[in-house]
Amino acid sequence: MANQYLDMSTPVIEMRDIVKRFGDFTANDGINLTVHKGEIHAILGENGAGKSTLMNQLYGLLKPTSGDILVNGKKVDMSTPRDAIAAGIGMVHQHFMLVQPFTVTENIVLGDEPVKGVTLDMDKARKNVVEISERYGLSIDPDAKIEDISVGMQQRVEILKALYRGADILILDEPTSSLTPQEIEELIKIMHNLTADGKSILLITHKLKEIKESADFCTIIRMGKYIGTVEVAQVDENDLASMMVGRKVTFKVDKPEQEPGKVVLDVKDLRGVDYRGVEILKGLNLQVHAGEIVGIAGIDGNGQTELVEIITGLRKGTSGDVTINGTSVFNKPPAYGFEHGVSSIPADRQKHGLVLEFSIEDNLILQNYEKEPFSSGGILQRQKIFEHATQSIETYDIRPKQSEKRPAGTLSGGNQQKVIIAREVQNDKDLLIAVNPTRGLDVGAIEYVHKYIVEQRNKGKAVLLVSFELDEIMSLSDVIDVIFDGSIITTIPGKEADENYLGLMMAGGKKE
Amino acid sequence: MKKKKSFLEFVSDNKFIHILLSIILGFLIGAIFLVIMRLSVGEAYGRLLKSITSVKGITYVIVYAVPYIVAGLSVAFSFKTGVFNIGAEGQFVVGSMAAAIVGIRLGTLPKPVLIILCFLAAMAVGALWGIIVAFLKTKWGINEVLSMIMFNWIAFYLSNFIAGLPGIKSDGSAEATQNISDNASMLFPKEFIKKMDFAPTANWGIFVAIVIMIVIYIIIDKTTLGYRLKAVGFNKNAAEYGGINVNGSIMTALAISGALAGLAGALQLMGMGGRISIFSSQEGFGFAGIVVALIGCSNPFGVFVAGLFYGWLMYGGSKLNLVGAPTQLINVIVGTVVFFIAISVIFSNLKYLFRKKG
Repeated sequence: MANQYLDMSTPVIEMRDIVKRFGDFTANDGINLTVHKGEIHAILGENGAGKSTLMNQLYGLLKPTSGDILVNGKKVDMSTPRDAIAAGIGMVHQHFMLVQPFTVTENIVLGDEPVKGVTLDMDKARKNVVEISERYGLSIDPDAKIEDISVGMQQRVEILKALYRGADILILDEPTSSLTPQEIEELIKIMHNLTADGKSILLITHKLKEIKESADFCTIIRMGKYIGTVEVAQVDENDLASMMVGRKVTFKVDKPEQEPGKVVLDVKDLRGVDYRGVEILKGLNLQVHAGEIVGIAGIDGNGQTELVEIITGLRKGTSGDVTINGTSVFNKPPAYGFEHGVSSIPADRQKHGLVLEFSIEDNLILQNYEKEPFSSGGILQRQKIFEHATQSIETYDIRPKQSEKRPAGTLSGGNQQKVIIAREVQNDKDLLIAVNPTRGLDVGAIEYVHKYIVEQRNKGKAVLLVSFELDEIMSLSDVIDVIFDGSIITTIPGKEADENYLGLMMAGGKKE
Repeated sequence: MKKKKSFLEFVSDNKFIHILLSIILGFLIGAIFLVIMRLSVGEAYGRLLKSITSVKGITYVIVYAVPYIVAGLSVAFSFKTGVFNIGAEGQFVVGSMAAAIVGIRLGTLPKPVLIILCFLAAMAVGALWGIIVAFLKTKWGINEVLSMIMFNWIAFYLSNFIAGLPGIKSDGSAEATQNISDNASMLFPKEFIKKMDFAPTANWGIFVAIVIMIVIYIIIDKTTLGYRLKAVGFNKNAAEYGGINVNGSIMTALAISGALAGLAGALQLMGMGGRISIFSSQEGFGFAGIVVALIGCSNPFGVFVAGLFYGWLMYGGSKLNLVGAPTQLINVIVGTVVFFIAISVIFSNLKYLFRKKG
């Protein structure tokens, strides 16, 4: 889509030969970036490539070791975010920074409130907010409290916050990570409204599809180095992916046709409450057969977390039943489920998946440390544990090599996930639960994780995949269950999945 | 580009150097106080050093060190397993009292039997003191630091109460218990002490401390028990996810830590004290255990060395008044050392902050 508002003769931001070092680690090594008036410019890179470091320098959170930053052709010295805001730069962080019990208007004007004498002029504030939101098509309810509104609307509030402070250049950090397809579409529309008004947008992302749909130019960073800037219309997703990781990447998941076997996981009329004691699972039914991947599509907070916690034994349900191969594991401790065939890749790998202070070899035996050959008579068999780790590191391509004794916390996110996958897959259980298994990973690691999940299915294991990434659900699942408000509202074969229909269902739409 | 490590990074990366530096700084600050008080630094520190130039002095240091080493192992074990046993003080006191009761009331039993009974009683009561706190924590979520501090006071007054009971209290005018039976004493034979020119309280305690050090090292590093307790200590969510019984592990960890602190109390009684006085304030062996665990980096061997160091300061410090320097100087030095060791947390957090981004 050609952008008629893009004014290539007016650069608003120039970052020249930016170098940023932390001790002897170089996070940015000579990065160049030019953004013009009315442009949507994507910054693409793997995790740890240096995208956030670069943006943090532009927003005054970090100081470059060397290099220049020019805003509207003038060299500026960004020492604090205050300087950046004064220069017309606004940033929407991946994790929103909103005051939950405050209203939308209160949040937007916070720190820059209009006053009448010594009192707040909330009427004026509200008027300003409504005016800006209408101008850019950012629909919000100015009087709603943040805790009551959707994630999509919270994001619009964050954007309005930046616009209210007079931002002409917006940095959006992974803006779509928790949005539904419809919300993503709306965000892209808003971005175009903004550029039509002469604003410029810097979009940090690792989602290639969104870059193709919205951006004019894309700058690629790999391991801190500047790889290049491309005109998005001239390249396809595969080109972008290979520039990002430095090798060819395949998106196609190779999945042979296969008849599902017997029922492995059977969840019957499951009811349960969340951490506040509010009922969140309202009679959920679900089956996963051997040799099939069942994907649970849904917006965060519809009961996915609780469902998985009940199956794995971390949470007690109020009623219903959960069976594995006919044995009930309902309201039993995690070790019981594990013995009866449950393995899982948890949503939060650092909280639930790994003991970060433990070495990789120790993390690899988390459920099996009391079993032969890793221990005998209560004494750990260090040699066996080490050999097991060496073999796992080799088979699952955990990097760096020879890292058996390194604390798991020193690995990158993708490699931490590989440690968990190595452990759970080698446990060789009948059911594998994977919750957001690729969250925060780059395409290279995603490809790898998907390969192993499908391999488990091909080996005849039952796989339950819970993910907020609709693309992931659609490309991997044999069957897709849509969860909404604590129950499965529709089940469709994976092959027939349609993004718009799924999105509608995830938002609670009724099947016509 | 390779950049040379900054001095701070070098220090915070190398624990041994860091601790050595902290100790040197402690002595430097102590020296400043000496100068302010117009006392001779050379004379005071010379006195400290001179205290370990004789066989007698060295044996004194070892005798002093034993309870600190074992209390230090107790706290170090709790650090490794993710609970902060600030209650070692109370466990020490009740352990010591349990050993005293056994040592007084069952004084006619043969020596080896009685000594082992005293140990077992001290460890059982110390463990119980730890388990109660662990139970309150796991059952009702009561913060263990708060309940431990209160349990320290309960232990203190309970000990004073028991020490005054008929059948336990000294028959003389002393505000203390009777002396424990000779059969419960761990002192070396008198003639042997005399012949070797050892300190008069030289005893077998150091060998018990060595055994405990090795046992704790094995538990932490080599056993499935240690693996489980450490996993819970570092990340109880992941441990629970991996099928480990988290509450059971916390109880076990505090029970073991409590048993060690109780044993430290028994060793102090059976090696040095011989009886328990009615105290007007907490004696602080358990709190000293925290210091020793910190200086020893919670490593069993490190704790052993740190305990000897602490024992030396306590023994040597008691000689300082001979040169007119206040014995409190030792507290200034110890406090400074702990302060600089604690700063390492700040060092490494700063480093973490800079490394994490990217």
